[in-house]
Amino acid sequence: MLLNVNTDGAGGRCSVAGGDVIAEDKRIASRAEDEQVKMSIRDLNFHYGRFHALHDISMDIRLNRVTAFIGPSGCGKSTLIRCFNRIYELYPGQRATGRILLDGRNILDNRENLNLLRATVGMVFQKPTPFPMSIYDNIAFGISLYERLSRAEMNERVEWALQKAAIWDEVKDILQQSGTALSGGQQQRLCIARAIAIKPEVLLMDEPASALDPLSTLKVEDLVEELKSDYTIVVVTHNMQQAARISDYTAFMYLGELIEFGDTASLFTNPLKQQTEDYITGRFG
Amino acid sequence: MSVVMDTARFQRRKYLNIMVLCLSVLMTMFGLFWLVWLLWTLFSQGLPYVNSTLFFKATPPPGGTGGLANGIVGSLVLTVTGVLIGAPTGVLAGTYLSEFSRKSKIAPVIRFVNDILLSAPSIIIGVFVYEIVVVPMGHFSGWAGALALAMIALPVIVRTTEDMLRLVPDNMREAAAALGAPRWKVTTAIIYRAARSGILTGVLLAVARISGETAPLLFTALNNQFWSSSLNQPMANLPVVIFQFAMSPYDDWQHLAWAGALLITLAVLGLNIVARIILKTPKMRK
Ligand SMILES: Nc1ncnc2c1ncn2[C@@H]1O[C@H](COP(=O)(O)OP(=O)(O)OP(=O)(O)O)[C@@H](O)[C@H]1O
Ligand SMILES: [Mg+2]
Repeated sequence: MLLNVNTDGAGGRCSVAGGDVIAEDKRIASRAEDEQVKMSIRDLNFHYGRFHALHDISMDIRLNRVTAFIGPSGCGKSTLIRCFNRIYELYPGQRATGRILLDGRNILDNRENLNLLRATVGMVFQKPTPFPMSIYDNIAFGISLYERLSRAEMNERVEWALQKAAIWDEVKDILQQSGTALSGGQQQRLCIARAIAIKPEVLLMDEPASALDPLSTLKVEDLVEELKSDYTIVVVTHNMQQAARISDYTAFMYLGELIEFGDTASLFTNPLKQQTEDYITGRFG
Repeated sequence: MSVVMDTARFQRRKYLNIMVLCLSVLMTMFGLFWLVWLLWTLFSQGLPYVNSTLFFKATPPPGGTGGLANGIVGSLVLTVTGVLIGAPTGVLAGTYLSEFSRKSKIAPVIRFVNDILLSAPSIIIGVFVYEIVVVPMGHFSGWAGALALAMIALPVIVRTTEDMLRLVPDNMREAAAALGAPRWKVTTAIIYRAARSGILTGVLLAVARISGETAPLLFTALNNQFWSSSLNQPMANLPVVIFQFAMSPYDDWQHLAWAGALLITLAVLGLNIVARIILKTPKMRK
C-alpha cells in the first residue's frame, strides 16, 4: 500500500501539502547535503485579480538539475513558472505573494530589478515567438542588451547559441533571412537559442515541445539533457514519458496546489499520494 | 432522432438567400453608380485643362493665363508640415495608449476624447486655430494652416497607431521582456518593427484625409494670389483655390478649379493605393 511507504526513504522524497512545513523540512534534510539549491520557493500564492491560482507553494529547485512540472490542464504550472521571472508583472491585476529565493535573494522583493532578473532567469514559451527580424538579429538582440561585443565575438556567440539549440546546420546559410519564415519547429529552436544566447543561470521552459513533431521534440529533449550541465532547468510538460526521460525532479500539481514533489524515478515508480498515482497512470477523474 | 429533410423550410431559405443576394448587389450598384458618375464628371471637366502651365504658373487674375503652381506647392508645404507636427505626436500618443497605460485610469478618458476629436467637424478646428493663432498673430499664415491640418491628422494617427500596436500579440512583448529588455526597448525594437507597416499606413491615410480639407484652411492659411514659400504669410493651397475659383463667374477660373479637383482626387487615390500596397506586402524584408 502506498500509505506504508517511508517518507524519508532513500529516494529523498515526501509529499508536500500546502504549507506542510514539517514534511517539507524533512524533504530538505534528505537531499540538502548532496545537491545545491538554486531557487527556493516559500509560501507562494498567486492571484489573477480575484482568482486565487496558486496556494502556498513551497519547494526547492536544484542547481544544474532538470525539474519538471506535471499536472492536468489549468492546475497552475504555467502560472508558477511565470512567477520565477516575474513575467506576470506585464499585466495589471496579477500578483504574487510569498518568497522566491534565487541564490538566497528574494526576487519577489519590490526593489528587485526586473530586467536583470529576466536576464538571469530565461524563458522559452509554448508558442514560438520569433521577432520580426533576421535570424541573426533574433539572437543578437538579447545579447546586445547587456553585453558590448565586437562583430567577431557576436558572430561567434550567435553561432554558439544556434549550435547549442541544434539548429545551426539548418540556418547557417540563411542567417539574414527573417526568423518568421522558419518552420514551427525551427522557430522554437530559434527561441531556445535566443534564450540561451544571453547565458542565463536558470532556464524556464513552458511546454517547449508541445507544438513540435517527434523528431524536433527529440532534439529539444537532447538539448535539455546537454544544457543541464550549465543551467538550472525548469520544464513544464504534459508528456509524462518526456518528464520521466529528461527530468531529475518532478513536481505534480493539482488545482493550484503542489501535491507531490520528489526525484523523478521514485515519483513515477512509487508515488506517495493517491492523486499522483491516478494521474501518472492515466486514471484521472 | 433522425434528421428529416424539411423541404418547405429549405425552399424558403433558398429564396431568401437569392433575395438577399440580389438586394445587396443592387445596393452596391447604387453606391458605385454615384461614385462613377462623380469621377466621370471630374475627369471629363478637369482633364482637358491638365497641362504643363497648370504645374508651372501661379494662379492668374481673371482673364489672364496661369496655372495652379502656387496652390500645389502650398498644399504640399502645408500637408507635409502638418504631418511633421501630427505624426510624431500621434504615434507617441498611440504608443502611450497601447503600451504604457495598461494600469492607468486616464487612458480610457484620453481614448474617448480622441474619438470625439476624430469626429469633430473640421471647420471647428479651423475656427479654434483661428482664435489661438491667427488672432494673436494679426494675420493669416501657413503655420496656422499647418497646425489646423495637424490637429485633424492627429486623432486619426493616434487611433490607427494604437490599433496596430494592439494587433501585435502579447506573446511578442513577453518574449522580448523575458530576455531582460526594458519596456522602451521592447516597444521601439520589437513592437514598432512588427507594426510598422500598419502605422505607416495610418499616417498615409491621415495625409490623404488632410490633403482635401478646405474649411480649416479658410480660417487659417487662407490663400495667396502669388508665390509665397514663407509659412509666416498667408499661403496658397489647392482646396481654397478650388473653392474660390469654382464660385467665381469666370470660365477660365472654373476650368482651373476642375483641374485642381482632379489633381487632389488623383493624389488621394494614389495615397490610398500606396497604403494598401504597404499593408499587403509581407512584413519582413531584409
Ligand atoms: N490571465 C489569466 N487571468 C485569469 N485567470 C487565469 C489567467 N491565466 C490562467 N488563469 C487561470 O489560472 C489557472 C492556472 O492556469 P495555468 O495557465 O497556470 O495552467 P496550466 O497548468 O499551465 O495549464 P495548461 O497545462 O493548460 O497550460 C487556471 O484555472 C486558469 O483558468
Ligand atoms: Mg500552461
